[in-house]
Amino acid sequence: MAEPMRIRATMAGDVADVKVLMNHPMETGLRKDAKTGQLVPAHFIQEVTATLNGKEVLSADLGSGISKNPYLGFKVKGAKAGDKIVVNWVDNTGDKNSAEAAIG
Amino acid sequence: MNALRRNVLKGAAGAGTVAVAVAAGLLKPTQAMAAWNKPAFEAKNVGDAMKGLGVSAPADSKDIAIKAPDIAENGAVVPVEVTSNLAGTTSIAIFAEKNATPLVASYALAGGTEGYVSTRIKMGQTALVRAVVSAGGKSYTAAKEVKVTIGGCGG
Repeated sequence: MAEPMRIRATMAGDVADVKVLMNHPMETGLRKDAKTGQLVPAHFIQEVTATLNGKEVLSADLGSGISKNPYLGFKVKGAKAGDKIVVNWVDNTGDKNSAEAAIG
Repeated sequence: MNALRRNVLKGAAGAGTVAVAVAAGLLKPTQAMAAWNKPAFEAKNVGDAMKGLGVSAPADSKDIAIKAPDIAENGAVVPVEVTSNLAGTTSIAIFAEKNATPLVASYALAGGTEGYVSTRIKMGQTALVRAVVSAGGKSYTAAKEVKVTIGGCGG
């Protein structure tokens, strides 16, 4: 089920600009299925962590108010080209995904 | 009477059944998920959500910039950027004040990450988008109104 995640990291001065695009339906649990009228069960990413060369730089808790296919942008100081960014997420059903990219 | 069964029955009407099952321990949450701040994310108003995060009465600050559209045509996707110029920013939380569950996300920053996050949020209706920033052990806040023409929560 875990679909690919896209990461793009670029250097701007001494700051790495990291952009992450995750693939996830992000169901709130409040929406009804148009055909059956049943509530669509909640299904959303709860935790995202990002590491730079193995050191944690960002840990996010997300709620169901984040849009479908979540986008996350952040900036890390003191990184350099070639450093490795790894992003992991876990959703409320225990599903998880991970991706890595080198800063370009 | 089985207490677990009671819980399931009680909660099933309100929250999604998956969330309830997790709450009742039916699904095995991984260790990482146990850290997810459930009370804060399920709070129905901003005050309770802030309390869940351990924030009380944050001070207004001009050093927090929220970049969001004045009018969002589609409430399902509202781009929001929060920049904190406060020294020693350690966390940023984003609220959409009139959503069913106002807390949208909370980011903990460490090891050289700048006071900046960018994301896309859902908004049910026109409301204030509020950012709460923790810096140097204190909390600060700023808000910006976003008008929503088509809601993005529910259908």
